[in-house]
Amino acid sequence: MKYSFLSLARNAFSHHRGWMPAWDSPVPKRHYDVIIVGGGGHGLATAYYLAKLHGVKNIAVVEKGWIGGGNTGRNTTLIRSNYLLDTNARFYDWSLKLWETMSQELNYNVMFSQRGVLNLAHTDAQQDAYIRRGNAMRINGIDAEWLDHKQVEEMVPLLDSSERPRYPVIGGLLQKRGGVARHDAVAWGYARAANALGVDILQNCECIAIKQESGKVRGIETNQGFIGAGQVGIAVAGHTSQLARMAGFTLPIESHLLQAFVSEPVKPIINTVVTYGAGHFYMSQSDKGELVMGGDLDFYNSYAQRGNMPVLEHATACAMQMFPFISRLRMMRHWGGIMDMTMDGSPIISKTPLQNFYIDGGWCYGGFKATPASGWVFAHTIAHDEPHELNRGFNMDRFEHGRTIDEKGSGPIPNAQ
Amino acid sequence: MLLINCPFCGPRNHTEFDYGSDASVLRPADDAPESEWFAYVYLRSNPKGAHTEYWQHALGCRSWIKVKRDTLTHDIAGVSLANALAQREQQ
Repeated sequence: MKYSFLSLARNAFSHHRGWMPAWDSPVPKRHYDVIIVGGGGHGLATAYYLAKLHGVKNIAVVEKGWIGGGNTGRNTTLIRSNYLLDTNARFYDWSLKLWETMSQELNYNVMFSQRGVLNLAHTDAQQDAYIRRGNAMRINGIDAEWLDHKQVEEMVPLLDSSERPRYPVIGGLLQKRGGVARHDAVAWGYARAANALGVDILQNCECIAIKQESGKVRGIETNQGFIGAGQVGIAVAGHTSQLARMAGFTLPIESHLLQAFVSEPVKPIINTVVTYGAGHFYMSQSDKGELVMGGDLDFYNSYAQRGNMPVLEHATACAMQMFPFISRLRMMRHWGGIMDMTMDGSPIISKTPLQNFYIDGGWCYGGFKATPASGWVFAHTIAHDEPHELNRGFNMDRFEHGRTIDEKGSGPIPNAQ
Repeated sequence: MLLINCPFCGPRNHTEFDYGSDASVLRPADDAPESEWFAYVYLRSNPKGAHTEYWQHALGCRSWIKVKRDTLTHDIAGVSLANALAQREQQ
């Protein structure tokens, strides 16, 4: 059913009892041409573009939990393409362009709101670095604006831009086209659109082994039995290492915990996304009025999808530097998601040593904004058994050959992004 | 909060410690082939379960220790000194 004003009106007359489920729950077939492991935004987008743009007919997405229950529903919904390095800049800006038309493309309102992303600077060195980044972005055709102290004050009037904080704000780099979207809707929208094109979405179906024969993938073993496949792609966020091990190889990835926090809802106080430059912290306000905040990793390996207090304390200390007046707000929710952190902070979208087996992972803590482009290039990589121009740089052997994409310039550590 | 039992200072909150790295990664010989150096610098087994790792008691006695921790449950199975002598005794 196409969602429209007319369908809304028609269902209003029948007391909204006529809505159909947005996607089916079929029984697994014995064999699929392509199986995507991981029913998050990336996996579902991959299945959608495979069916839509590459004419693949027989596709399944297997998800161990439920659609939208993994990292797609555990992020802080930020979307931006303010990258310095060419490979990242081109890829993420293509992603941003896909975001701009996503609601129409999927006939599903993902509530994409281009309210801007503002990175604050607090030192001269940081100002130089941001202006350089802004210039690099503009060379790549991406919008970027340097705001001086007065312009930052005008844009975010409730920010403490005085001399009082330990690290006073001196300016900021603004990407106006950046913003936020409704994260669950992205997964639901892609699931519904993929299902409409004939993709089987198999929930509560966990991949427990990868079956191979003479160096070629043959299918996957699941808790619902063996499912044969011509090609298998994995898009499993924090568990990429685990799936790679099942396929017989090791990746330059460590899994770490990233936490996020939501305050009680208040009246509109901030109409953009602001990142703090003197600590790792950022904040935006949801359409419901809650302040959505995120901070740093825990910095030790973790598969525990739950939060803890030390990071909350650090993040709220940063929040207090920026917006002292929120000191008496209560926190409403606090959660954690597992990030697969690569050794250069950039993703891996690549063929692998196992034939017809592909990985899309290593998103560190920047996977949400990449959702549409990730699916778009991964679908291309699977359909052609060859990377697209946009993800050629994200191949998994780049580490071995010294061609890392080290946006942070910090060398081989698994906590850069 | 993890409670790490420092061999010198006793049980302390993990906020007193800095995380070092995966302690199962061993530095290859200087003349080892490039593939071994690649594995040393980049590849990690990243287990979901038992993990040995280095921590430094930065806000305490400053000693480096080796912690065996479960990455899913955060249970700590053991703590030992990270110095060469202690490592040799363990092996």
